[in-house]
Amino acid sequence: MREISADTITQSVARLCQEANFFLGEDVLDALRQAREAEESPLGQEVLNQLLENADIAAREHFPLCQDCGTTVVFLEAGQDVHVIGGSLYAAVDEGVRQGYAQGYLRKSIVRQPFSARVNTQDNTPPVIHTEIVPGDRLKIVVLPKGGGSENMTRLAMLKPAEGRDGVIQSVVRAVAEAGSNPCPPIIVGVGIGGTADKAMVLAKKALLRKVGEPNPEPEFAELERDLLSRVNALGIGPAGFGGRTTALAVHIEVFPTHIASLPVAVNLQCHSARHKEALL
Amino acid sequence: MRSDYIPITSPLDEETVARLRAGDRVSITGVLYTARDASHRRITAALDRGEKAPFDFAGHTLYYMGPSPAHPGQVIGSAGPTTSGRMDAYTPRLIAAGLRAMIGKGSRSREVKEAIKKYKAVYLAATGGAGALIARSIKKAEVIAYEDLGTEAIVRLEVEDFPAIVVNDIYGGDLYEEGKARYQA
Repeated sequence: MREISADTITQSVARLCQEANFFLGEDVLDALRQAREAEESPLGQEVLNQLLENADIAAREHFPLCQDCGTTVVFLEAGQDVHVIGGSLYAAVDEGVRQGYAQGYLRKSIVRQPFSARVNTQDNTPPVIHTEIVPGDRLKIVVLPKGGGSENMTRLAMLKPAEGRDGVIQSVVRAVAEAGSNPCPPIIVGVGIGGTADKAMVLAKKALLRKVGEPNPEPEFAELERDLLSRVNALGIGPAGFGGRTTALAVHIEVFPTHIASLPVAVNLQCHSARHKEALL
Repeated sequence: MRSDYIPITSPLDEETVARLRAGDRVSITGVLYTARDASHRRITAALDRGEKAPFDFAGHTLYYMGPSPAHPGQVIGSAGPTTSGRMDAYTPRLIAAGLRAMIGKGSRSREVKEAIKKYKAVYLAATGGAGALIARSIKKAEVIAYEDLGTEAIVRLEVEDFPAIVVNDIYGGDLYEEGKARYQA
């Protein structure tokens, strides 16, 4: 049994919230640079230039990349031999969000109740936390601030198994086409296939954590990712939706076994401000 | 400022609006008012009660934006556009009452596009997710209404060379449709 203090968790989460909002990952920056070289649309090239300049300013000045500093989505992988001392795990994460968003001058975007009392909680809590228990004695924390504009374009399709691979392609391409300019393209398309509706959706979100453009290790799924990327980029939506070849930087698929009656397909879109940072305690 | 940008002043006059075409790049100097979901709701509720809006928006430009907090000594935090479509339910009425220009991101409803044509307004897009860059063109920011809404309060902004692109013009032009059609494979 290894002990980790609640304070240590709070400090890590506070730091990750800020780093994620200030520093765009090298993988995302590389993908944006490559897109700028390949993009044919002059407006599209200009948007990509603006995004790279924006990332540069944010990193240099510790300034939020985007005014939407997101719902704080936190993925925890807790080793079963970890013992949290000095407070509860989730309270420690909440406190980290509270401190991180205050210290970093990040926007607080969470309302207490979604439909009749939309009052801001003022500290961006509560975060959305996904926890997995894994072997070992370490605690991995991943913070993904998720913007509302892209999250609102999420789709779930419960396909008939007979619809198969073509049905999956149609569902994903339709989701991106309908989203159009709203989710701040160029986007990363997270796709969860299989499981139940809820499982597929968590897979789609987790798919966004993969290094941009790194293929699924299973060749069949990697091929589907390539097919989907070329179909999505044939839509012509382009950077900021002004028309162009770069609608998505990558399509990431995660797959899970499913029921004999089911073929769930969840699509979770990530704007180009693909922010996430992690720590291993 | 790049030479292919059309410099315009906000509030926009009718001649300027008539000159703008979908796809034009503009560089805006002057005054913008921020408004997002919650403030739109309050403005229209006030109009429903026969009261005045907290500022006279006739002839003015709304910027759909809720900033991150300003660092000490700075004017504003990150300040890029939010998705305009969420304001569509409120917008035709505001355009009919004189609203001249809107800045946001993402496509508008058929009703909004029709109101833009009918009442000679214009919809512009700023680059979504470029909030740190856009903040540099904001020189002054002052909360003028609904302070309790925090980031959703109405803020009067003074901007210089604020970069935007015309999406919907008075002639029915739509950059999102035209741009997509041009690059569809």
